[in-house]
Amino acid sequence: MTNNIADIDNCQTLFVIGSNTTEQHPVIGTRIRRAVRRGAKLIVADPRSIDLASIATLYVRQRPGTDIALLNGLAHIILHSEWGDDEFIAARTEGFDEWRKTLEAYTPARVSEITSIPVDDLFAVARLYATNKPSTILYAMGITQHTVGHNNVLAVANLALLTGNIGKPGAGVDPLRGQNNVQGACDVGALPAFYTGYQRVADDAARDKFEKAWGVKLSSKPGLTVGEMLRAAHEGRVKSMWIIGENVAMSDPDAQHVVDSLKHLDFLVVSELFMTETAQLADVVLPAASFAEKEGTFSNTERRVQRVRKAIEPIGECRTDWQAVCDVANRISRITHPERSGAESKDATRWDYRSAEEIMHEIASVTPSYSGITYARIDARGLQWPVPNKDHPGTPILHTEKFTRGKGLFSPVEHQEPAENPDAQFPFTLTTGRILPHYHTRSMTGRVAGLEQLAPEERVELHPDDAARLGVDDGDWLRVSSRRGQVDARAWVTDRVGHGVVFMTFHYADALTNALTNTAMDPIAKIPELKVCAVKVEKK
Amino acid sequence: MPINLTINGKPIQAREGQTVLDAARANGVHIPTLCYHADLSPVGACRLCVVEVEKMRGLVASCTLPVSEGMIVQTNTPKVVEERKFVLEMLLTDHPNDCMICEADGGCELQDAVYEYQVAWGDHKGKRHSYPIGADPNPFVFTDFNKCILCTRCVRACAEIQGRNVWGVANRGFNDKIVAGADVEMLQAGCEQCGACAAYCPTGALTDKPSRGKGRAQHFKKVTTTCVYCGVGCNFDFNVRDGKVVKVTSTRDAYVNGMALCVKGRYGYEFIHHPDRLTKPLIKKDGASHGDAPRFVESSWDEALNLVATKLAQHQGDEFALLASAKATNEENYLFQKFTRAVMRTNNVDHCARL
Ligand code: SF4
Ligand code: SF4
Ligand code: SF4
Ligand code: FES
Repeated sequence: MTNNIADIDNCQTLFVIGSNTTEQHPVIGTRIRRAVRRGAKLIVADPRSIDLASIATLYVRQRPGTDIALLNGLAHIILHSEWGDDEFIAARTEGFDEWRKTLEAYTPARVSEITSIPVDDLFAVARLYATNKPSTILYAMGITQHTVGHNNVLAVANLALLTGNIGKPGAGVDPLRGQNNVQGACDVGALPAFYTGYQRVADDAARDKFEKAWGVKLSSKPGLTVGEMLRAAHEGRVKSMWIIGENVAMSDPDAQHVVDSLKHLDFLVVSELFMTETAQLADVVLPAASFAEKEGTFSNTERRVQRVRKAIEPIGECRTDWQAVCDVANRISRITHPERSGAESKDATRWDYRSAEEIMHEIASVTPSYSGITYARIDARGLQWPVPNKDHPGTPILHTEKFTRGKGLFSPVEHQEPAENPDAQFPFTLTTGRILPHYHTRSMTGRVAGLEQLAPEERVELHPDDAARLGVDDGDWLRVSSRRGQVDARAWVTDRVGHGVVFMTFHYADALTNALTNTAMDPIAKIPELKVCAVKVEKK
Repeated sequence: MPINLTINGKPIQAREGQTVLDAARANGVHIPTLCYHADLSPVGACRLCVVEVEKMRGLVASCTLPVSEGMIVQTNTPKVVEERKFVLEMLLTDHPNDCMICEADGGCELQDAVYEYQVAWGDHKGKRHSYPIGADPNPFVFTDFNKCILCTRCVRACAEIQGRNVWGVANRGFNDKIVAGADVEMLQAGCEQCGACAAYCPTGALTDKPSRGKGRAQHFKKVTTTCVYCGVGCNFDFNVRDGKVVKVTSTRDAYVNGMALCVKGRYGYEFIHHPDRLTKPLIKKDGASHGDAPRFVESSWDEALNLVATKLAQHQGDEFALLASAKATNEENYLFQKFTRAVMRTNNVDHCARL
């Protein structure tokens, strides 16, 4: 997020696109509702009329996978109506003229045809976002989980630059990060092309720095992403894997392929709380401590680094993951460098961390944006990075004076149809997501009786007209199939979804939605297109 | 422009827009309250917070009274005390004498006020309600309207904090009652089970269902932490008793979320002590006889770690890949990538950032 969560209170207009905020980021969702209560305007653009749509000033339902057309179309209207922020464009951006030319083709009529949003609604949304300022755009996986996810994000940014809605209180571009610590995992370098703080492994200076800090030679070749790892496992190029706390056999697209890939490995070790679908495929399963059993930090979607505190002793013989990785690292060192195993050795390759806090000291020492973070400083409220030094108060709003690259760049992006559109054989569009009571593959929430009571099984959202055509009543069993697999689940007949669209979650092992989804990925962000694939829906 | 007033003979400065209650509390003067909560809009319903103000007739509720220049306030005169006792006596005439087994005991604002004013439990002859206890079938919020004091904090918490409008007051004279929607079940009235109403209820009328009978405020050690589910990063307190997480409570001190939590943050902790938790390392071994499916066998950490190290050491370089976790801490993820890069000599480390 460019702005902090509390900054929602400063917005005049909130534009929520591709985020079912009240279910995926519930407490931000309640903050949006509170903003509407105090009089802020809310625009919701989503293929489903999610809960926020019911309190929105304007709700538009775009056809899944047409966000670029929508966003470019809004920009087109804003330009032609002269609602842009010329001063901001002149002072803080570049590439405007080239970008502007690419918008000419996105006339309201054409955009309406692509997105199936009425022209009048396009005008109303454009006017509200551009003129009732400050405006903030909030988005989530509905924007990113597409083969054009990266370009979707650029199209969002273009709109913010055009209207000067960035870098000020109430004006921001706020991607909502999904999992509790997905932000932090990226920040500290759990990414194939980056060390901590987004320092590139391919960059000589960065690699040099880490080689010195860690006392080893490092590879300059960027590694594999999740999807690439699985493919490499399938092809035998990756032979052993360690999977920590991720149930990829269920959460990733084309689940059967994932399982096959993992079975190809010579050796798989999984660290987990529970015997998940993925753990079952392992050669060794290490019992992990839960978040209640350890010290550490998580970084939330507004870049706030906050404390996790140990409330209870690890259950049974569970160990924290950081201890387990130290244990393995030391044993491997003993195998590969037996000469270094002396207790007196001060070798930088020794893994003798005594506490999570000690690890944070090391993170701060190699990560400019975390330099000023200590457990003492983040004790009460956390700190929002960048925190470049020990006196820095943190950074609630990014880009207030300049962008990371200097000027904000307008990036021309073109509409492109999803990788798999409905056809005669698979006439429905399947879009996927989560629901409020559950999280991901339910390995945790499925073990909370009350949450199971609230949502015990998969329900396929199906439009009443489609249901009538298929002769389906609410609660009837459906068979949903795609080119990759099939799933049986009950119908929820509701106009939350539009014509020809069905929605399913990926929470339930007995209705494995990711058996249906498409692995087609965004070429840059490598995010699979979980929000659109073609399916057939039949009454069972 | 600061506003000057006098509370209990002491000159005090307050800000425009503050209430007498705000000004008193900011200056360390105690005034008891029930329907008031600092996060919610004031309604002046219970009259426990009454004070005497010179040149104003009768006693005035301080929680809704704006400060004004030259105001002279007394918070503890015999008249005030008498009125507060009367308010509490009236509440007790229609309240079960239930503290011994009540969830709220030790954290109940009514109990505290009754204690402070030493109001005796009268032999009440008047009419008493007897609503069915725990009647609402939702999984997380336990309802006992016999303990409701009609302060409407739940109504306001649901509307103002959660942005829902589940609760309302059905006006029926003596039978005034808090109802969900048109007196239906909470879930039917659009409840999202966030638990805010229970968190803001000053008594035992609305309490957390999963932790019933498992301990009261005085039994718990509280440990503040950050939620493990979504990226909002709400903070809350684990309530720990005998080495077990028994309950989650929200706190106004939580910078990101205040008292607001969602259903998963507030009630999604049961997995921690679930019997399905893996508690020992497991190694997959071939079946007992030829043709049997391989099965997991419990092992010591040493055995498991040695096996992992031996196997992984054979695949240093790009034959190895590590999938880190968006659920693990920063410290752990840092070590995962350092391990992959420095020990395994490859950059094949990623996590499910894209899901
Ligand atoms: S609600 Fe308060 S006063 Fe009433 S029985 Fe429970 S603890 Fe006692
Ligand atoms: S649990 Fe939350 S949504 Fe439900 S009634 Fe209480 S405050 Fe409202
Ligand atoms: S309490 Fe709910 S909204 Fe808050 S971090 Fe946890 S899952 Fe997210
Ligand atoms: S606290 Fe002031 S009237 Fe209830």
